[in-house]
Amino acid sequence: MTATVPLNAYLILSAALFVIGVAGVLIRRNVLVIFMAIELMLNAVNLTFVAFARFLHSMDGQIIVLFVMAVAAAEVAIGLAIIIALHRNKESMNVDEINLLKG
Amino acid sequence: MIWLIPIIPLAGSLIVGLIGRRMPRTLATVIACGTPSLSLLLSVMAFVRLLQMPAEGRLLRSSIGSWIASGDFSVSFGFLFDPLSAIMALVVCGVGLLIHIYSIGYMAEDRDYHRFFALLNLFLAEMLVLVLADNYLLLFVGWEGVGLCSYLLIGFWFERPAAASAGTKAFLVNRIGDGAMVVGLIWMILLFGSVDFQTVLTDAPTVLVYGSVTASLLTLLLFIGATGKSAQLPLYVWLPDAMEGPTPVSALIHAATMVTAGIYLVARSAPLFQLAPVSLEIVAWVGGLTALYAASIALVQTDIKRIIAYSTISQLGYMFLGLGVGAYAAGIFHLMTHAFFKALLFLSAGSVIHALAGEQDIRKMGGLRQFLRVTAGSFLVGALANAGIAPFAGFWSKDEILAAVYASGHGPLWVIGALTAAGTGLYMFRLYFLAFEGKSRLDAHMLSHLHEAPWSMRLPLVLLALGSATVGFVGVPPGSGLLQRFLGPVFPASAHEATAEPTSEVVLAVAVLAMAVGGIVMAYRYYLLDPQRSEALAARYPALYRTFFHKYWVDELYETAVVRPTVTSARTLSELFDARIVDGSVNGIAALAARAGSLLRRLQTGQVPTYILSILVGAVVLLGYLAFSG
Amino acid sequence: MSPTGGPILSMLIIIPLCGALVLVCIDGAREALIKRLALAISSLVFLLSLIVYAQFDPATAGMQFVERAPWIDSIGSSYLLGVDGISLPLLLLTTFLTPIAILASFSGITSRVKAYMICMLLLQAGMIGVFVALDLILFYLFWEGMLIPMYFLIGVWGGRRRVYATLKFVLFTMAGSVLMLLAMIAVAFLHQGSTGRSTFDLLELIGGSIPYGTQLWLFAAFALAFAIKVPMFPFHTWLPDAHVEAPTAGSVLLAGVLLKMGTYGFLRFALPLFPEAAAAFTPLISVLAVIGILYGALVAMVQDDLKRLVAYSSVSHLGFVMLGIFAMNVQAVEGSILQMVNHGLSTGALFLLVGMIYERRHTRMIEEFGGLSRVLPRFALCFLVVTMSSIGLPGLNGFVGEFLILAGTFRAHKGFAILAAIGIILAAVYMLWMWQRVMWGQSRRAENLTLNDIGRREMAMLMPIILLILWIGLNPNPLLRRMDASVAQLVEQVAGSPKADLPLLLRGFALQGLQPEFAHAIFTPNSQPRNPCESWN
Repeated sequence: MTATVPLNAYLILSAALFVIGVAGVLIRRNVLVIFMAIELMLNAVNLTFVAFARFLHSMDGQIIVLFVMAVAAAEVAIGLAIIIALHRNKESMNVDEINLLKG
Repeated sequence: MIWLIPIIPLAGSLIVGLIGRRMPRTLATVIACGTPSLSLLLSVMAFVRLLQMPAEGRLLRSSIGSWIASGDFSVSFGFLFDPLSAIMALVVCGVGLLIHIYSIGYMAEDRDYHRFFALLNLFLAEMLVLVLADNYLLLFVGWEGVGLCSYLLIGFWFERPAAASAGTKAFLVNRIGDGAMVVGLIWMILLFGSVDFQTVLTDAPTVLVYGSVTASLLTLLLFIGATGKSAQLPLYVWLPDAMEGPTPVSALIHAATMVTAGIYLVARSAPLFQLAPVSLEIVAWVGGLTALYAASIALVQTDIKRIIAYSTISQLGYMFLGLGVGAYAAGIFHLMTHAFFKALLFLSAGSVIHALAGEQDIRKMGGLRQFLRVTAGSFLVGALANAGIAPFAGFWSKDEILAAVYASGHGPLWVIGALTAAGTGLYMFRLYFLAFEGKSRLDAHMLSHLHEAPWSMRLPLVLLALGSATVGFVGVPPGSGLLQRFLGPVFPASAHEATAEPTSEVVLAVAVLAMAVGGIVMAYRYYLLDPQRSEALAARYPALYRTFFHKYWVDELYETAVVRPTVTSARTLSELFDARIVDGSVNGIAALAARAGSLLRRLQTGQVPTYILSILVGAVVLLGYLAFSG
Repeated sequence: MSPTGGPILSMLIIIPLCGALVLVCIDGAREALIKRLALAISSLVFLLSLIVYAQFDPATAGMQFVERAPWIDSIGSSYLLGVDGISLPLLLLTTFLTPIAILASFSGITSRVKAYMICMLLLQAGMIGVFVALDLILFYLFWEGMLIPMYFLIGVWGGRRRVYATLKFVLFTMAGSVLMLLAMIAVAFLHQGSTGRSTFDLLELIGGSIPYGTQLWLFAAFALAFAIKVPMFPFHTWLPDAHVEAPTAGSVLLAGVLLKMGTYGFLRFALPLFPEAAAAFTPLISVLAVIGILYGALVAMVQDDLKRLVAYSSVSHLGFVMLGIFAMNVQAVEGSILQMVNHGLSTGALFLLVGMIYERRHTRMIEEFGGLSRVLPRFALCFLVVTMSSIGLPGLNGFVGEFLILAGTFRAHKGFAILAAIGIILAAVYMLWMWQRVMWGQSRRAENLTLNDIGRREMAMLMPIILLILWIGLNPNPLLRRMDASVAQLVEQVAGSPKADLPLLLRGFALQGLQPEFAHAIFTPNSQPRNPCESWN
């Protein structure tokens, strides 16, 4: 095997992306930004899958990534629709003001 | 064929009760009075057949099939006609028929005429089941059945609150005795595997040890049942109140027949009681004390029916006294004579009440003999018989009981019996003199209303008076009369009363007779010659008078010691324990769930970042656990 | 194996279900048609059940008319129905009371008649199913399924506090039955553990060897479910509320049939499945039964509401039944089964009667009445017979049952029988006191004086019950004879177990507790443990 990027590099990058995503979700107040951060987390996981697929010479990881992307696309469609509906109702994108499910 | 005797009145009851209103009144009356006549006829026929048999084997049986069969226990609708049942059936049908006839006149104007006769017929049917049953369980059917009829007839005029509560009281007090009796019966099943008279009474000497605790307890349980039905201490309290019922009912049920069921039960169970000397002793003492106790109360009462009711309790006490000393035949003899003279007394009293439009207070009567000759004459006969004056019926039977008491060595009980005899003479004739003799204390309205009863009421009076005067002779000479010889084989051989020597028996009889006459003379002097003297007497012993007058405050005692604590504790149980504690803990658990929910809902902030944070924290904790737990 | 050849028990369940379906298709406005149709369907079921009665073979101890069909093969549960001498009387009671209850609803129910009648038919199917199901899962299905129509009957057509009452009733019952479901699964797993066959077939499960300590826990779970349904003493408080709020027909079926499911459950499941535990629990349950008898009677005495009074009297009467069941001899158990029928008849009739005066006066408060005997003579006569049956007057049905129970109990334990006899006295106290205040005395309200006596339809409801009351009172043998063989077999299965007293029971719980093999069987159902990750290799 020629010199390749080691697996650890992918994993570290993926972890970094994931943490950024988590931080974004937790810290940011804009719903749209939170949504994007979630996408970031999904893609971080995708990266891990692809890296392992390559490392283990198995196509399973690649296939799962395709699944994840399909689900993510669906999620974006529904999520954006919800966000638009929220925006129309609340005139706000601030997540702190959206607490209709408060018990 | 024996089974027809109770079935006929039952059918009569159903016909009169269910469709009697739709038929002409005469027809309903004919049916109502025809069924006891038929039963009487059948009983007489059976009696004649019995007489034709040899003395030792006089027994007729018939069964209409099995009633309950479960596992190894079974009981049938079996009927039995032996000398004891025969006497009872004849008395029940005979007196019952007369009282049915009397009721035609007495109840003529009542709007519930049909209901009355339906119940009277039903009573007769149940009473006949009671005395003809060949096992204890069927006897118990009749036993509770007559209780039901008694309840419904005491409460016949149910719109009167007093009648309604008297009915309930009668049923409930009886039920206490019945509860004990049920325990006795189930014990009997355990011991004998059966409730048939034949099995139980024959096997008794082998199954039960003489004088054993089991024998005593078993017989005492039966006796408690008997004290309820036969109104003995301490369960007698319902009988005086039962006088709220129509007078024919008082005569038939609460004097002549139903209240003697307890006597019948003890006499029937004689072989059992023979094995339990302790129980017999208790029976004798309860009987003796009740006799004296009730007589003392009767001395000062003012309601004509209540005096006779206390007299009934007292006479029933005599019967138990006789049974208790082993003189079973004497007890049944007294039962029979008592049925005649007590029915007579009640019916005469009913005639008086009928004539006076419902007045029952003897202080407002007086001098009635001029207006009601037949009634007064028959009442006098009844009073003489009740007081035990020779040669009327009561004398013979009472004398025989007291002779047996003396012969069995119960000196104190004999004294009690003799004292009661004096008291009986006193209260009976106090009643007679106050009501029928002396000056009339009636007001004008009543005088105008006063009339002698119609023939349907007078006829039974005359017949019963004849009976009261003569029926005692079936027991003469004492100890070996017709009746005693007829009944003899029914009772255990050892129970034939020890007879005293003839001379001392005559002395005793004369002594008791003298006591009774003394009572009558005292009544004459205090209530007829000089009425003020009786008041002076009451004033001289106020405590005694008040005790008698208030009936020893027993009703009040029961009210405060039994009734009110039960109701109070039930109320506490219901309102405090059931509603607060039992149901409270159920609702408390539900409330706890709700409380937990309302605490947990605080976690649900609705803030998305909070949720995400908790997901994160949870994930980290879980991962950490997996990583470090190995 | 049915003598007719036809699946008659299934028919009994399916006909009311189909009837309910037919009703669904009918226009709800045609109330008269719907009422008559419901009555006709339930009566048809009753007639069919008479065939079961007629063809029942009294000599056979085992199940008759057995029907078996595969159902949920993967867990070994099958559609298994059958009748024996224990369930036959209760099956007949159910089919007998339902048409009467439907007839009783003709006048009382004015809104949503269609939905009401559908509920009644579903309820009938469910009740019949409970009494004929012999598969644990099938039984559970009917047991819980029958709650749903009852929930609606009380919750929709009930009185003022109906929602509270119906929730209490359903939650209380469910709390117990969830534990029972767990125990059922455990029984099946244990059976699989020892024989390797997965089954919920009751007949196969009986006689299995479950260790003593485990039996105690499983019995306790079953007993709790059944004791709530009976209801036994500390679990009874749902009953008065449910009765007070339920419509007349709901009360009739609740008291007449539903309560019997608890006592039936003890006889059918709890006793034969766990005989040793049952013997160990006998003292505890007998004590609770006696407390129930006396407590129910005392509390009934001071109730102001007629329906509450009757409800508490049920607690007392069912205490008798429980006492008899746990005396575990032929007389007591037969008396108990008979008393279940008796209670169904007399209490059912009492609720009908109370319903009748409620329809006339719109109150059930005792103090509102008085002197009704004068105004309503026919009603009074019927009421009297039913009251006397409830009190246990000899010659009527109640006495036969009570006497057999007492006689049997006395054999097993004298003290309990004597205390129970006090209950007989108290029964007379509360019933007659009520009678005195309602039927005798002066009327306390002017409205009472103008009431109409009961009419032909009401007589048609009461007469069958009264005739049965008399018939069973005078001739209980046809019923007793059909019970004999099955009860004898049951008693033999159960009574052989050693009796234990209360301390021993507690020690059994504490020391033997949840035994390892029990937990093992629950958590690892198959005999060879397997690694969940294996399939990933």
